[in-house]
Parts: sequence; structure tokens; C-alpha cells
Amino acid sequence: MVSLVDETAQTKSIVLDVPEWIPHRAGQHVDVRLTAEDGYQAQRSYSIASAPEDARLELTVERLDDGEVSPYLAGELREGDELELRGPIGGYFVWEEAFGGPLVLLAGGSGVVPLRAMLRHHQAAGSTVPVSLLYSARTFDDVIYRDELMTLATVDGIEIAFTLTRVQPEGWQGYRRRIDRELLAEIAGPATDAPLVYVCGPTAFVETAATELVALGHRPERIRTERFGPS
Amino acid sequence: MLDGNAIAGLLFEVFGRETTTDTGRCAACGNVAPVAELAVYLGPGTVVRCRRCDNVLMAFVPIRGIVCVDLGGLAALEHDETPFRFDVS
Repeated sequence: MVSLVDETAQTKSIVLDVPEWIPHRAGQHVDVRLTAEDGYQAQRSYSIASAPEDARLELTVERLDDGEVSPYLAGELREGDELELRGPIGGYFVWEEAFGGPLVLLAGGSGVVPLRAMLRHHQAAGSTVPVSLLYSARTFDDVIYRDELMTLATVDGIEIAFTLTRVQPEGWQGYRRRIDRELLAEIAGPATDAPLVYVCGPTAFVETAATELVALGHRPERIRTERFGPS
Repeated sequence: MLDGNAIAGLLFEVFGRETTTDTGRCAACGNVAPVAELAVYLGPGTVVRCRRCDNVLMAFVPIRGIVCVDLGGLAALEHDETPFRFDVS
């Protein structure tokens, strides 16, 4: 482990130097395995936050207080510590420049992590595919990669919108509700554009997004989903 | 409830290759879906269910370091060697 970055009060990014790393595809994850002194093992899957083009592998971990792995990764891990990784894993929830677009990315909470890898890959590959990201978070302080996303939002062809579902700062100009059909129609554009849609977040967020997109006329084959949660 | 993405590592261990892009066909209702989109329940074992009819398609139970696999609810698991892409509209 090379360095730690505080993203929000609950999330940290872990920057890793991985010997013999096989280059990943944007959206893939790794399994992290921890072994206790008595031999007890716990394993969890984490999305890769960095682009294939980035020099180092980055994971972003949300600390779940009753978790077995995340409190260690986001709390006790120190620079120079070693981690046991397996990956890259998963061939479904990936985006490559050659897939084209337009690209619609829908993030619920820390579901933004693999989508950030896709955004970084989009930039590193010099893609001209238009991108629209909607990021749903409870409060502004819960927004991961806030500065990076604000900077990306100024790039031509990249639209980034936030919806804050619980508390909004004074003068907030963004959305302030849970995702619904109308909001998704604004973000994804007309179904006739046939965008490639990637949805990642808690199960309820993903189910709502996928159901409403199909109701709006988007083809299920163009919608890729990834659900996460305690189990 | 999660989805097949969450068990990509386990499936790789069992089948020896990336499996989430395969398509699974339910033996009960015939529904066909990418493995990544199937409903997954994690517990002491791992249960994979059909999203349409809830039939148990696959179950994985680790016993003394060996993963026991039951694929009884699956009529077919189809693997395409060509690189997985979005279908072009």
C-alpha cells in the first residue's frame, strides 16, 4: 500500500503498487482477502477506482461499522502494509472506449467507484463519447471524488449532475430527491439515442433505475447493472 | 439481494474462467439472462436465483476448503468465446 486518501468521513481510497498486475478494464473489481493471526480469513469484493491507464491501482472503501473487512481497510491499514488481492475480476460491468456511447452513468452512494474508473478511462483514452453522470448521495459531504467530478464537469461533452436526497447545502442548484422516471429521462436523454447505461449502487437504487429506464423505452440489453450492499 | 457481479471471483474459482458474461437458462421457467444479472444471496453458502420465477439456479457451499456446487436449477450455461460487447443497435 502506497498511500491513503480521505475521500469522505466514511470512505478512503487505498493506492496500491501491485507487482505483476494484469491491466484491468474500467468497472472491474478485485477480491481483497484478510487473514487473521489465528488463520481466520475474510474476503470482500471492491471495485477498482482507477483507470487501466493509471500508474497505480486504487480502491475506494466505504467503512461499514459492523463490517469484517472495511473497518480494517479504511481504518487500520498503514502505508507499507501488504494486502492479498485476487483480480481483476468481472467481465460484465465494464466499459471500454471501443464500446462507444453515448454513455450514461448512474451512481448511488459508493456505486460511483467503478463509474469513476470509467470516467478516468474515458479521459485517458481521449474518448469523444458524450457522457452523462448522475450521482445520488445523501448529503454533499457524502459525495466521493467531489473535486475531481467538479473539474470533470467543466470538460466539453461531460455532464455531471448530483442529487442530494437527505440534506442540501444552502443555495443548492442540483436535484434534491431520490431518482424517479422524470429525473432519469432528463439525465439519460431520449431512448432513441440508445445510450449505454451503467447503473451501480444499492439494490433498491439499481432496481428503480433499471425499471424506470425500461419504462422510458430503453432496451434492457443496453443497461448494465451492479448491485452492492452488505449481502 | 445482490447480483452475479458480486460472485465473479467465486465463479472464476469454480469454473476456471470468467463466467458472469455467460448466459444462464432457468430450468423452471426458461428465462435467459446474463449470469451478472441473476439474483444472488450471500450467507454461509451462496444461492443464485432466477429473477423471473425465483427458482434456485445455482448453489455454492464451502465445506472444509472445498466448494460444493449444485447447478440443478440451471438448464444451460452458455459461454461465448468472442469478446463480450454490447449488441449494436
